[in-house]
Amino acid sequence: MLDQASQARRSPQGPSALRQRLSRWDVKYAPYLFIAPFFVVFAVIGLYPLLYTGYLSFFSWPRFGAEHGDAVGWANYSHVLSDPVFRKAIVNTIGIFLLSSVPQVIVATVIAALLDTNLRGRSWWRMSVLLPYVVAPAAAALIWGAIFADNSGLANEILRVVGIDPIGWHSDRFASWTAIATMVNWRWTGYNTLIILAAMQAVPRDIYESASIDGANRVRQFWNITLPSIRPTMVFVIVTSTMGGLQIFTEPRLFDTNLQHQGGANYQFQTLTMYVFNTANSATDPYPRAAAAAWLLFLLIVGIALLNFLVTRAVQRRSLR
Amino acid sequence: MSRSVNKPGFLVYGLLGAFILGSVFPLYWSYVLGTVTKERVLQTPPPFLPGGHFLDNAGRVFDQIDFWSALANSVIVSAAGAVSVVLFSTLAGYAFAKLRFRGSNMLMAFIIMTLAVPTQLALVPMLKQFSNLGLTGTHAAVILPWLVTAFGVFFMRQYLVDAIPDELIDAARVDGCSQLRIAWTVAVPAARPAMAILALFTFMSVWTDFMWPLLVLQNSDVQTLQTALDQLKIAPGQGLSDLALLQAGTIMATIPLLLLFIATGRHLVSGIMQGAVKG
Repeated sequence: MLDQASQARRSPQGPSALRQRLSRWDVKYAPYLFIAPFFVVFAVIGLYPLLYTGYLSFFSWPRFGAEHGDAVGWANYSHVLSDPVFRKAIVNTIGIFLLSSVPQVIVATVIAALLDTNLRGRSWWRMSVLLPYVVAPAAAALIWGAIFADNSGLANEILRVVGIDPIGWHSDRFASWTAIATMVNWRWTGYNTLIILAAMQAVPRDIYESASIDGANRVRQFWNITLPSIRPTMVFVIVTSTMGGLQIFTEPRLFDTNLQHQGGANYQFQTLTMYVFNTANSATDPYPRAAAAAWLLFLLIVGIALLNFLVTRAVQRRSLR
Repeated sequence: MSRSVNKPGFLVYGLLGAFILGSVFPLYWSYVLGTVTKERVLQTPPPFLPGGHFLDNAGRVFDQIDFWSALANSVIVSAAGAVSVVLFSTLAGYAFAKLRFRGSNMLMAFIIMTLAVPTQLALVPMLKQFSNLGLTGTHAAVILPWLVTAFGVFFMRQYLVDAIPDELIDAARVDGCSQLRIAWTVAVPAARPAMAILALFTFMSVWTDFMWPLLVLQNSDVQTLQTALDQLKIAPGQGLSDLALLQAGTIMATIPLLLLFIATGRHLVSGIMQGAVKG
């Protein structure tokens, strides 16, 4: 009441009322201004491409045409899905992804457990495991490409000394997946090790003390205390490496020794991202097929991420019981 | 805190040492290959000690690609990306952490969800749009996706939730400061440590980015270090048969980030570990 009265008395003077209103607006709308840049950028590089790619995938695009042609329904999708190269790329992508994430998470957990001890020079060890992370994927692919070179490569040289026949790292399908997965693992294991280590450090030490008083040895402590405590972080690491692993592009592209960049002579290590990239760039294949392939890749990523989520939730429910 | 439970023995040090050796060796071997002649690379047994030909190989790298301009381009786009991400993420992270506004939780959840949208979806429309607008082959094209990132917003929000006492903001508001002014005088100083870490990570992410620059810079004079390596590899009759040249170029392209790592590795480690505990 009193407020209103004083307001009314002051209103002829104006400016302060205006200032109050401005300040109210400021409080109300400034936050939206602060977060706007993200949404503007996402609209341009995320949402618009997503929708436009979806739209485009239902049209034809005459070769050298400046604009897309008629609507063709699901023809692009059926073309891509029946393309043997695309099917191969799905298998390659999943194969490389499994080889690059499963061992990576296991090794990262073990190394993190080793680092989660009373080490001397702790920060030095932590920095050392991170070293490969500063090597760009492009550089890493070229370095490992030299190691896995078919004729003069170090890997085959070591095998020769041991007395095993050389492996066709580029020609053999599984060997090429292994080589590419090795590049990914080399660069990312240390990074994930530090994430898992951070979670391990948050586990209260006295739990370990009482466990060892009860006579539980190191290995049992690891299984019964450490792993259950860091489960949320493990989920985080698994989900992020899934999203990254299904989008592998740089390593296989630079591992390729032929200049068409098709992922080996028989497409034996062409990934889905390479497929999209090559299709978008080739003169003979119109844009809409790349668009359809990109959407299929998107659905695959979302699907596998969802599966991850459901599986981990089921595991958590069971362990809570 | 007594940690008598965990007295690491010889085995722990041995295993860790082996892991580090495995991590470092590929870099060392790449350096060795970059310092021997291109004929020596192909002989068996392969070289294990550096030769004295690094400068010759580096000279041949300079002949093949415009190394200095690629280096300059990498520095430009990485620095621009780092500045932009830090500025916009700090503002947005502060708003999400400390300001009340309608729909803030939903909008933050949306931002986290955008992380699942793969970059590849943008390939087709971007390539088309950028060539229509004449943006291909420009720095702007490389920087555009790096103006502000979902990770940056999330990271700053996590940090600022605990870093700024609410009383400070309230006091500033009572003094009649505008929201922008409060952000500038209260949030930015408090956010400084996180800003440094975010700048570092963004700089490295843009620096190591490959697919996007490869696409928007193809057939242009502007190249980043990573796309220049791609050119070095496919140079006619070069990269594939000339491992010495390729490895010299790889090492040259890696040195800048290695120096950055030596200077800031400690902060990188703490940045990863901080982001993880709350994530």
